Amino acid sequence: MHEATPGPAPIEVSLPATREALAGLRAGDAVLLSGPVYTARDATHERLVTEVRLAGELPFGLAGQTLFYAGPTPPAAGRPAGSVGPTTSRRMDPATPSLLKAGIVATIGKGARSEEVRRACAEYGAVYFVTVGGAAALLATHVTAAEPVAYPELGTEALVRLELERFPAFVAIDARGENLYLAAALEWRGAAGTGGGDL
Amino acid sequence: MVAAGAIGDAVYEAVIRAATTLRPDALEAMHAALERERSPRGRVVLGQLLENARIAADDHVPLCQDTGSVWVLLEVGEDECVCGDVPAAIDGAVASAYADARLRTSIARDALLDRGNTGDNTPAFIDVGFRPGTGVTVNVMLKGGGSDNASAVRMLSPAEGEEGVIRFVTETVAHTATSACPPVLVGVGVGATFDKVAILAKKALLREIGSEHPEPHLAGLEQRLLAEVNALGVGPGGLGGTVTALAAHVLTAPCHIASLPVAVNVGCSAVRTARVEVSSIA
Repeated sequence: MHEATPGPAPIEVSLPATREALAGLRAGDAVLLSGPVYTARDATHERLVTEVRLAGELPFGLAGQTLFYAGPTPPAAGRPAGSVGPTTSRRMDPATPSLLKAGIVATIGKGARSEEVRRACAEYGAVYFVTVGGAAALLATHVTAAEPVAYPELGTEALVRLELERFPAFVAIDARGENLYLAAALEWRGAAGTGGGDL
Repeated sequence: MVAAGAIGDAVYEAVIRAATTLRPDALEAMHAALERERSPRGRVVLGQLLENARIAADDHVPLCQDTGSVWVLLEVGEDECVCGDVPAAIDGAVASAYADARLRTSIARDALLDRGNTGDNTPAFIDVGFRPGTGVTVNVMLKGGGSDNASAVRMLSPAEGEEGVIRFVTETVAHTATSACPPVLVGVGVGATFDKVAILAKKALLREIGSEHPEPHLAGLEQRLLAEVNALGVGPGGLGGTVTALAAHVLTAPCHIASLPVAVNVGCSAVRTARVEVSSIA
């Protein structure tokens, strides 16, 4: 992968991640994720929340697993998905605290989240990863397998198990509830224009 | 004469090109952004976006998994005669292009009554305008949900003036930019009516990045908007930095004496538009 600047080397994270491993991550860390994740978007969340409410536990062995807010394109270029990238996490915010409580340990998406989600991450020791929106062709080269698990009738919103291999992401909310978006906004607000040539 | 089928052929070509190839002006602006971005994390993100554009073009795969709703803006020559069922030709072309290029279909049958997927990404959303001459200019935009959701319309009071416009644009981007896949292209429409101002904002995204607005006052307004948006510090990927937007484009129009309509349509880092000229056939 092209790295524009040498920074601290990304941290390798194996999924499903233990709470101990997640506790060692800090908001802002660059990570490479390897292992299974489960795609879940708006309609999938409605179903999962209903299942948790009715059965009292997560279905499909999702306890301890990671949800990826994504709806991939069909297979292409010899890969299980031609392109796969994050959708807006905020839409899943109302469902997330109950799913974290039920045992989801990490989520992957894009964009800032509600205060309720930040607090739920801290309460349950969960981590919110973000990956770059608009980089879906690149991200697809880090997905080695895709296997439908449930809700095939939802099409691109079906629950699909993806196998990731060194999938690049950042820690946006860590297990202590520290929030990269807040820190980044404070650090960089007003910075453009102060160094010349930024416009 | 221009036949509906020729417009369909143009839409087919434009959809596939837009989905898999980053606009040359966006690619150039992204390279320039990498030079001036001061945040190390922001530079990593820009590097990923440039690498993404290369992989998509080499492997003929979509730049983004959200291959969007299809907006078609037809600019018809005033001396042109267009024959046939144009909406049907466009929808047929969209369905074929999405199947052939293995793009994701993302259109719900009805916003409230039936959220089921139409399965072929139709219907396309079509606007028609007129321009001098003959032939038809076919503009196609694939609009991702994240960036369209980051957009807004507000009916300002004329007394709020240009400062009100700047405030509204900046607030809109500040509120939603982390989910709109920055660095963004900020399309701004000012004027017309409640419904037309949104089309102006969307049309502003079609203009080449790096081109100067022909009207000097509006060129200055675009520079001011870009400075205000970049000062937000949202940065590439929303992870902090000095490049939140690649450009701000403004289109203005006449409006009612009581009104100052403003619209912001946000284009994402994978802004996907393509233009095809369809010539007149005797």
